[in-house]
Amino acid sequence: MLATSRTFEANARTGLANPILQQALSLMQSGFPQRRRLAVERLPEFEALREIAESIKDHTLEHLDFYLELFEENVIASGGQVHWARTPDETRAVVLQVCRSVGAKIVTKGKSMIAEEVGLNDYLEQNGITPVETDLGEYIIQLRHEPPSHLIAPAIHLMKEQVADTFRAEHRSLDPVRSLAEARQLCDEARAVLRPQFLAADVGITGANFLVAETGSSIIVTNEGNGDLTQTLPRVHIVMTSLEKLVPTLEDAATLLRLLARSATGQEFSAYTTISTGPRRAGDLDGPEQYHVVLLDNGRSALLGGEFQDMLRCIRCSACMNHCPVYAAVGGHAYGWVYSGPMGAVLTPSLIGISKAGHLPNASTFCGRCESVCPVKIPLPKMMRHWREREFTEKLNPPVYRAGLFLWAWVAKRPALYHALVELASRVLGWIGRGRGRFRTLPLANGWTAVRDMPTPEGRSFHSLWAERRKDGAGR
Amino acid sequence: MRVALFVTCLVDLFRPTIGFAAVKLLEQAGCTVEVPRTQTCCGQPAYNSGDRADTKAIAKQVLDAFEGYDHVVVPSGSCAGMIRVHYPELFADDPAVLPRAERFGARVWELVSFLVDICGMHAVTTRWDHRVTYHDACSGLRELGVKDQPRLLLASVGGLTLKEMSGAEICCGFGGTFCVKYPDISDKMVSDKAAEIVGTGAEAVLAGDLGCLLNIAGKLQRHGRPVEARHVAEVLAGTTEDASPIGVPR
Amino acid sequence: MSETREQILAGIRRSLKRGRLDAARETELREHVAAHRRNLVPARAAALADPRRVDLFVGMAEEVQATVARVISPAAVPEEVARYLAAENLPADLVRAPDPSLDDILWDARPLLRIRRGRAEAGDTVSLTPCFAAIAETGTLMLISGAETPTTLNFLPDTHIVLVYADQVVATYEDGWDRLRTNGRMPRAVNFITGPSRTGDIEQRIELGAHGPRRLHIVLVDDRQKASDGEGK
Repeated sequence: MLATSRTFEANARTGLANPILQQALSLMQSGFPQRRRLAVERLPEFEALREIAESIKDHTLEHLDFYLELFEENVIASGGQVHWARTPDETRAVVLQVCRSVGAKIVTKGKSMIAEEVGLNDYLEQNGITPVETDLGEYIIQLRHEPPSHLIAPAIHLMKEQVADTFRAEHRSLDPVRSLAEARQLCDEARAVLRPQFLAADVGITGANFLVAETGSSIIVTNEGNGDLTQTLPRVHIVMTSLEKLVPTLEDAATLLRLLARSATGQEFSAYTTISTGPRRAGDLDGPEQYHVVLLDNGRSALLGGEFQDMLRCIRCSACMNHCPVYAAVGGHAYGWVYSGPMGAVLTPSLIGISKAGHLPNASTFCGRCESVCPVKIPLPKMMRHWREREFTEKLNPPVYRAGLFLWAWVAKRPALYHALVELASRVLGWIGRGRGRFRTLPLANGWTAVRDMPTPEGRSFHSLWAERRKDGAGR
Repeated sequence: MRVALFVTCLVDLFRPTIGFAAVKLLEQAGCTVEVPRTQTCCGQPAYNSGDRADTKAIAKQVLDAFEGYDHVVVPSGSCAGMIRVHYPELFADDPAVLPRAERFGARVWELVSFLVDICGMHAVTTRWDHRVTYHDACSGLRELGVKDQPRLLLASVGGLTLKEMSGAEICCGFGGTFCVKYPDISDKMVSDKAAEIVGTGAEAVLAGDLGCLLNIAGKLQRHGRPVEARHVAEVLAGTTEDASPIGVPR
Repeated sequence: MSETREQILAGIRRSLKRGRLDAARETELREHVAAHRRNLVPARAAALADPRRVDLFVGMAEEVQATVARVISPAAVPEEVARYLAAENLPADLVRAPDPSLDDILWDARPLLRIRRGRAEAGDTVSLTPCFAAIAETGTLMLISGAETPTTLNFLPDTHIVLVYADQVVATYEDGWDRLRTNGRMPRAVNFITGPSRTGDIEQRIELGAHGPRRLHIVLVDDRQKASDGEGK
């Protein structure tokens, strides 16, 4: 997918000025955090499980080569095939080759962020194959030619009126005066329109929330049932996944599954959690004849052993973005690529480069809410700071900013000078602003005073006053 | 107990009243307070901008300035968090300094949590007849666990009623350099915070961090909202007569 | 392709600053996997004994909009199915899994029920399946694929009826895995089903019946062994 992360500031302004998006984001901000909180309150072991999940993922990452080989062994033993791909190009080529091998014309898709990452849909279309998104949110944005704006609710930026408009424009064979005022009607229409596609599909592509090394299985966590129809009805099931989704055993998967739905939507468990292992067995009446797992690296192996390794623990729950005040202000499209919110701010520069995505880890107050809700305890602000350190070392920040920082640090390292300057600034600004108590404008501080007043200093610095009181004997 | 006060840049420049309120509270709690002269900044602006070298230089200066005190108290969660939580991370690869940074960090406290958790203060004897709401500054809350302590002490202030915001824990949008690097986003965040404050019907908003308070006060005043903004220390110390609210002339 | 595989594995090892793990370590890890030890298991269901565990299962399932009908014996099942379909104003037509446990039910007690054995097809509106286990912890049904339990029955029709015996109710997912491992090989699909299909993709309003079944009805038989007395209950 083409990245527009470079224009984050403009993207953000567009998002801030979009009343529909702002309405949708308000809904999100009042919905998800509350639901997660209730689910967490109901499970006394939740915090303990976070610690265990963190160590399961760390252990797996430390031995990722072993677990990948074991996983592959077990996929093959159950009749499946494993394909390895380093890059988006290689991934697309593998998927196309499998589709062509069965003469596929229609491919249904469950939600797959990897497919977004490699730009699969456009590529299939260019090669004469029709991809059909079946997750309701993904289907809506496919019709609108928009990218997803959220990890698990891709159309979260829309209100139902936009969805209704899109359905009316795209489902032209249906009665033009039908009512689409309610979410119920929109869901029923999507169900009816997509059902024939499920049945006609030659290939079904899903992602994987987890891969289980013990059994060679892939796990999808969904609510709609589209993922299951996608992977059960067609002749071929392709699982598109990145390397780091592995967990060692079914028991480890159970631990992580207990955290996933609760962190994502506040559900105890998703409606459908499906563990798939290979193609149909002899005697089965349904199920795909072929099961393919496409393992994508695309920069993950490079993150191992370095300061961003913790990011590979991510289980794609979306809790971080659901709790992020920056995401809640600008929406997911502002981030300009597949992954948004705090996890996107860390992962995107790793995958497309810090020079293209520098704004993302900078547009954060480090409030820490993301880290506090991450089920696998990824220190997201710390990772964002590491990106800022890279930028600083590589001199990617604007020169004015670097100069200001340099000046500040230079003074701060010289206490006597620092105290003198603070006292001077306090006196000068205090005197200028003494009448009103605040500044409506202030040179060099336009970013601040454009939208808020700047309170006036009291006129003397603390240190100078303290020194006086000491001389007077009033202090110590 | 002999404690040192880490003043913080913002208190030093903008509102010494807070520093004096902190001293008064610490003295009430039985401490003797000293203010080392060689302190300047905790280094956060450099740290969050990715400039580790300058941050380390400033941090070493802090370690030197506060050598020998049993406790160092800070009227700011973000500065206290920087020293307590982040100095060890800063010197993680520096075995010469790391032990010192860890030992030092363990002696650094945000003001209100120091009063309650270390000094055992559970009530104050002041009075302030106001309806207030409280903003939980992010670092204090999430890095240092400051949540219940200010509320405990505020509950003992005569005539004070506290009306909580449902979004008390949501970031106000200050974030140090964030508010000038991304002013539009910061504005949205502080607007939401201001709207919630006004929505509680409170006459005053209190918090433990001056950065947040300057941001919030500036926003409230730009829109003509008559809500007072003060540091919680001023109310607890009973020094509200000594200075007008933030951004209001004497 | 295998070259890519080697490059990726080599890249992983390079990042982790080591070569391939030695044989001893690999054996250790294989044993770790083979032992598949349980991690911390929440007490919610694990601490409960039989009747209360079943009650927890029912309560959790109903919380997520599954409906549950408890009957005393297998003989009562046809009547409950017929009653449910009539109550929901659904035709008395269903497709059921060709599973021995369902073969044993005396369907002739309700001759107006038209039942087909097999997988689900496009036009099917009601399906009936057994389950492999029922997880009390979250009111979750565990269904496995097989020659006698085609998974299309779980997803294609609008209404899915599941027959659960009380002795199939286990406390946790780990208990489910233990049962599965004694069953032999992993099946192609293990479906954990918790309530009917739903979506929150439009303004985060939960709507049931997105693509999977709109209705999930659980018929819970208290006693598998209770003989039929010919009178239906």
